[in-house]
Parts: sequence; C-alpha cells; structure tokens
Amino acid sequence: MLRYALKRGFSLIISLAVASLVIFFVIEIAPGDPASFMLGINAEPDTVAALRAELGLDQGKLQRYLAWVGGMLQGDFGMSYTYRTPVAGMIADRMWVSLPLALYALALSTLIAFPAGIYAAARRGKAGDMAVMGATQLGVAVPNFWFAMILVLVFAINLRWFGAGGFAGWDDGLGTALHSLTLPAIALALPQAAILARVMRSALLDILGEDFMRTARAKGLTRRQALWRHGLRNAMIPVLTIIGLQFSFLLAGAIIIEQVFFLPGLGRLVFQAISSRDLIVVESVVMILVFAVITVNFLVDLAYALVDPRLRSRT
Amino acid sequence: MTLLDITNLSLRIGTHEILKEVSLSVEAGEIVAITGESGSGKSMTAFSAMGLLPETATTSGGISLSGTDLLAQSEAQMCDLRGQAIGMVFQEPMTALNPVKTIGDQVMETILIHKALPPDQARARARELLDRVGLSADRFPLGRFPHELSGGQRQRVVIAMAIALRPKLLIADEPTTALDVTTQAQILELLRDLVREFDMGLMIITHDLAVVADLADRIVVMRHGEVVETGATQTLLHNMQHPYTKMLFAASNHQVTLPEPPAPSPLLEVKGAVRDYPLPRKNLFAKPEHFRAVKDVSFTLYRGERLGLVGESGCGKSTLTRAILGLEPLQSGEICLDGMAITTTQNPEIRRRMQVVFQDPFGSFNPRHRVDRLITEPFYTLIAPPTGSARSDLIAETLRAVGLQPEDAQKYVHQFSGGQRQRIAIARALITRPELILFDEAVSALDVSVRAQILDLLADLCEAYGLSYLFISHDLSVVRTITDRCLVMQKGEIVEAAATEEIFATPKHPYTRALIAAAPQLPELDQGVA
Repeated sequence: MLRYALKRGFSLIISLAVASLVIFFVIEIAPGDPASFMLGINAEPDTVAALRAELGLDQGKLQRYLAWVGGMLQGDFGMSYTYRTPVAGMIADRMWVSLPLALYALALSTLIAFPAGIYAAARRGKAGDMAVMGATQLGVAVPNFWFAMILVLVFAINLRWFGAGGFAGWDDGLGTALHSLTLPAIALALPQAAILARVMRSALLDILGEDFMRTARAKGLTRRQALWRHGLRNAMIPVLTIIGLQFSFLLAGAIIIEQVFFLPGLGRLVFQAISSRDLIVVESVVMILVFAVITVNFLVDLAYALVDPRLRSRT
Repeated sequence: MTLLDITNLSLRIGTHEILKEVSLSVEAGEIVAITGESGSGKSMTAFSAMGLLPETATTSGGISLSGTDLLAQSEAQMCDLRGQAIGMVFQEPMTALNPVKTIGDQVMETILIHKALPPDQARARARELLDRVGLSADRFPLGRFPHELSGGQRQRVVIAMAIALRPKLLIADEPTTALDVTTQAQILELLRDLVREFDMGLMIITHDLAVVADLADRIVVMRHGEVVETGATQTLLHNMQHPYTKMLFAASNHQVTLPEPPAPSPLLEVKGAVRDYPLPRKNLFAKPEHFRAVKDVSFTLYRGERLGLVGESGCGKSTLTRAILGLEPLQSGEICLDGMAITTTQNPEIRRRMQVVFQDPFGSFNPRHRVDRLITEPFYTLIAPPTGSARSDLIAETLRAVGLQPEDAQKYVHQFSGGQRQRIAIARALITRPELILFDEAVSALDVSVRAQILDLLADLCEAYGLSYLFISHDLSVVRTITDRCLVMQKGEIVEAAATEEIFATPKHPYTRALIAAAPQLPELDQGVA
C-alpha cells in the first residue's frame, strides 16, 4: 500500500511539473502584450518598454518560467499586472469562497446521489426506479444556472429564507457563511447529483449481475443484505472516479453560478484576468486549479486502493 | 425420508418452457449427477431447489427437502434455508468470491448471517473449515484476498463457505469445469470425502460424463428440460435405454479416423524458442525482472501431420501459440514455416499458409458482419485476393466444405448455433487454402455431440485439403483421437514428445503420468452403446 502511494505521489509531482510547463508556454504564445494592453493603444513605445522591463517581460522565456515556478514554490505568485497587488493574496481570498462552495456542493451531491442510486438499483425496473431515473434525466438536462434562478425566485424572493446573492464572509461565523453559500451549492449540486446517481445505479446493477452476488445469496443473504455487504463497495470504483471529476469541475466551473449569485470566486477572477490580459493571474489560477485537480485525482487513487485490495498489491 | 425430492417440476420463464415435469431425488450420503448438454435445464433444476430463479419464473410441481415444501416457502424462509440446509458451489471459482473481502470474512459470513455462532467462535470455525478443505493456516491465513489464490484454491474457499453450517444437501454446479485436470481430481476427491464425512446429499451438475461415471452413485440424464433417463451409475452405464443417453456416451468417446500422414518433411520448425514477459518493477530503480513463459522450446511439425500440444493452464501453450502466429516476439530462438522465418512483421505468404481457429466461436466474430464478410477476412492479408465470381464461388465452396450451405453467406453469426459458428470459424481459416491450421482449444466450449461432429469434420478436411494441424488443448481425450503425435508442456518446457498412442499407453515423464492419471476416464462400455 505504501509503495502504491509513493508511486502515485511520484506521478503527481511529474504531472505538476509537466502541467506548469504547458500552462506557461501556452499562455506565452497567446497573442496580446500585457504591457501595451495596460497602457492603452495610445501609449508611447518607450513607456511600454519601461513597463515591460518593470514587469520582467523583457527577460528570456526560460528565466521567467523558472522565476515563476520558483516563486510559486515559496508561495509568491508575483504581482497582478492590472491590480498591482500580490496574486497570492487575490487567489487566497477567492479560494476561501470557491473551495468551501465546491466542497459544500460535492457533499450535497453525494448525499442526494448515493441514496437515490442505491434505491433505484434495488428497485430496478419498478416505479421507484423509473421515478428516480426520470428525475435524474431532468437534472442532467436542465442547466444549473436555470436551477439557480428558480432557487433565487422561490427561496430568496418569495420565501425570503436566503439572500439573493453575495457572500457574507467568514468573519460572522461558519453558520452565516454557509447560509449564504447554500443556494449556489444546491444549484451546483443538483445536476452533479443526477449524474452521480445514474453512475451509482448502473455500477450497482453491473455488480448485481456478478457471480459473487449469487454466491452471497446462496449463503442465505437477502437481496438487500447482498447489495449492502457485497455490492456497494465493489460499485465504488466508478463512483469515486466521477466524484473526483466532479470536484475539479465544481472548483473551476462554477463561474456562471458565481455570476448569478455575485460570489467573489475563482471562476470570476480568472474570467476578469483573461479579459484584461493579466497573464500572471491567469497562469497562477490555472496552476492552482491544476494542482487541485491532480491532488484530488491522487486522493481518488488512494481511495481506490482502500476499496480494492487488488490495487494495493499491484505496484 | 428422502432428502431432496423433486416431483413433476415444471418451470417457465416468461414464455419459455425451461423444465418439463422433472422428477428426481437425492438421499442423504448419496451423490447424484445431473448431466446433459447445454440448454438441458440442469442448472435451472439446481436454481429451482435453491429458490434463486429470476423473478419472472413460474413453477409448478414440488420440491421437498426432508419433507419441507421448498416451493411454498417465503423468501425470508428460503434465506434461512440457503447456506444452512442447502449449500451451493458454482462453476466459476475466479468470480464466485467477492474480490474486496478476505476469504476469512467470506467464510465467516455464512456462519454469522445465520447467527449460528458469535463472531469470535465463527472466526475459529472459519479457520477449521479452511483447514478441512486443504487450505492450511500458514499459507492461507484468514486475511488473504481471493486474487491471491489460484482457481482451485478459490474453489476450496467456495466449498468451505457452502459446508460451513453442515448443510444436509450440497449442490455443485459444474464445480470443476473451469479447472485443470489435476486440480479437478483433487476437488472431486474433496467433495467425495465431505459427502462421506458429513453424510450430505450431493447433487452435482456436470456435462462431463467421465466425471459423472467416476463420481456419481446415481445419474440423471436431461435433455431440453426433461429427464430422459435415470438410474444407478453401474446399471445405467451398462444398460442404457434411451437413445439420447447412448448418443451422449458414444459422442464423449468419439473416435475419428485420420488419414495416414505422409513421409516426414518439416513444415513448421520451432528452434530454441524463448518468450519472456516483463514483471512489474519491484521498485522504481530496480531492473525489471522477467517471467519466462516459454523456455527454449524446440519441435518440428511435419507436413500432413496432426500434432497435439497439451498442458495445464499457465504452462505456456497459449504464449507459444501466439509466438507461432507471429503475434508476439521471441526473445531468442526462431520459428520457421516451410523455411520462412515468422516474425511480428506481417508476411502475407505466411499469413495465407497458416490460419487459426479459437475457442469462443461467438467472441471471435464481429456480430455486425455477414458470414461472407466474416470468412473472407483473411483476404486482407492476401496480395491478390479473388474478386467477383471467383470470390463468391470460393465462399460457396468453403461453406459447403465445412458442412454449411452457400446461402448461409448472407446470414449473421447470431443466427447460428455454437457448433455452426465453429464451422464458420473453420471456414474462415480454410478460405486461404492454408497448409497449417492452429486450433486453440477449438472444441472445448462445444457440447459433446457437436464436438464429435466437428472432430469428424476436421478429420475429413485434413484429408481433402492436405492440411496439417497444431491442436492445442487441455482436453486429453480430444487430443488422443485427433492427433498423430503429441507434445506435453509443463512450466514453459516440453517435457515429453512422442506418438499420441505411445504417450497415452506408456507415458514416460512423471508429469505426463500425473496428467493422464488425473483425467477422469469413461469406463469401457461393452454394451448399450450404439
């Protein structure tokens, strides 16, 4: 198990190194000079050159890459070209919104999907299954911003249980902060829950047809006991894969929901940075997201090994 | 009182009539074998007794276990009986165990689910059971996972689970079909001992008549959901009444007449073949180690000869086959077909002259293609494949040669039975007019009656087309009849090579002797066989 974890950890580091190279050079070849963008189209060439020197843009590519990576390792992500503030601070502020939101949504999605998927699989072909499958079909088809608007209409405007948008911050305590994240988390979670429930159901149905499920029944287990004791853990591999993918999506892909609820999250930050050619912010945010995705995949790999002993002994 | 009494059991699943008025019984301490070909309903009879039928199944008639009417039991009552009064062992030991739970937990579960013992005693009991089925504590602690065990060892775990609560009745559904002969012999021995020791009734389902004759006290022969004949083993073997029974036994013992092979002239030469597989690295910087699947193998297959290659799973025969086909590279040595070296780069001439037929006739065809397209697939390897009427004539002739009709060319593979599909596979191999055909377990998945027909076909074809065969199989009885000479392979090496009759009559190598001794034999049937 330790060897498996070390091996996975090693490939995690390699992936991060490769990702940083790709991100840096892809953004380098994108057209548009940040210095001339910041100064506007009427700027004198001398001024632009001076700004380029100040920003370090006149140095060689390799030097700038090494400086960027070296800085990141020390927690220094450089200065934003447009806001002239440290990028690290900007990202940290936004992370305190995006990360809890993603985790909150993922928790909700799992809490909805697991029971729904298990219920549907246990009642395959019956009314309960069809109802769950119908609901998930709807959940997959309807875009999450539409859910978001319906939630705002019902719970914020009519019932007035929640605010219509904005983030209360963490200073007033966990309850207040989570309260203001609840509607966006639900809006994000519903489509993900629908997907996850379908995966859970089909993974379980695959397992139900396995020989060892019949063995379990021959021992005297009821259908339900066999499902819980032998089915669930075997069905976890595809489910964990989807959970890993969903977390990455929730962290970076919440931009529309952030827009609908006026949340100062990472999605909005990266959107603004791209529109203002703030390359250093874009690079850093993308790198942070890649780091999160790769780390989550590493954790999912470790979870696989916990679930399946065959992976533990494989090196 | 009779232990298990099935009377006039009929079973329908949807509109399909699966069982018709089946009656049979098993006494305590008795081994009853249910035999028959695929689709005869033998497994469904077992699942009826277990109450593990699909939900759409409807039954009539009676199944009573020591006087308890099983068909009248509720699902909850059946759950109580399963594992406690009736144990079951399945065909596929590789998949019958839950891969994510330890063998100890799985054996204990039978005990715990019926609340027969508290957990600590159940653990001790699980240990005793594994010891009893031959899995000792030093090599097989309770914390082992199924993937760390071989097929035969896993089947022992399944048996331990089934007998954990000393059921009165044990049902074994093809328990040794997926196992090698030597392992099969051990598992059958274990079952026989357990029956004697616990005075259990054993209902064993198998298509292998040699196993039946060897093990059973009584035989039930089924066909198309009906019992056609039943009787005490010795009586039935020597006085078969039903023509189907006679046909089954005759087909199991089917002998083909091979033409005399011509004077030896080498066709396929294997010289010092070595095939290594890299093993996973022990750590990142270690040199990868290798597993040598084929160790310095040399043999010659002569033109017009039928050569057998036998050995148990993992002996390297499949690896050798792939190397001969040029699908895998050799690490050392050389394989030549008629003087041309076989390598992994395609040589159209070698491809044309050497073809292959695999075990699974359904899995080796694309289900969306028609038969004419399927059997002309080898044309892709030809430099100048026939076209137009030459092509359709060749298709018609080849289909006729394997006992199909030219009209079959327009059908899809799902429209054929298993035996017909294997004929199509043979047609595909035959269509380039090869000199050598490799048969990789080509008749292992077929019912005995179909197998007999295919063997006859092979004997006819080698005469009509001057073919040479390399016949790879674990089934000694088939190899015995269809080959002139035979190679015995063990752990990557050829341990014995001689004329087939000589190998079977006077095996020299200890491994060959063990193999032949382990294979169950059909008794010499002096009468009753048509």
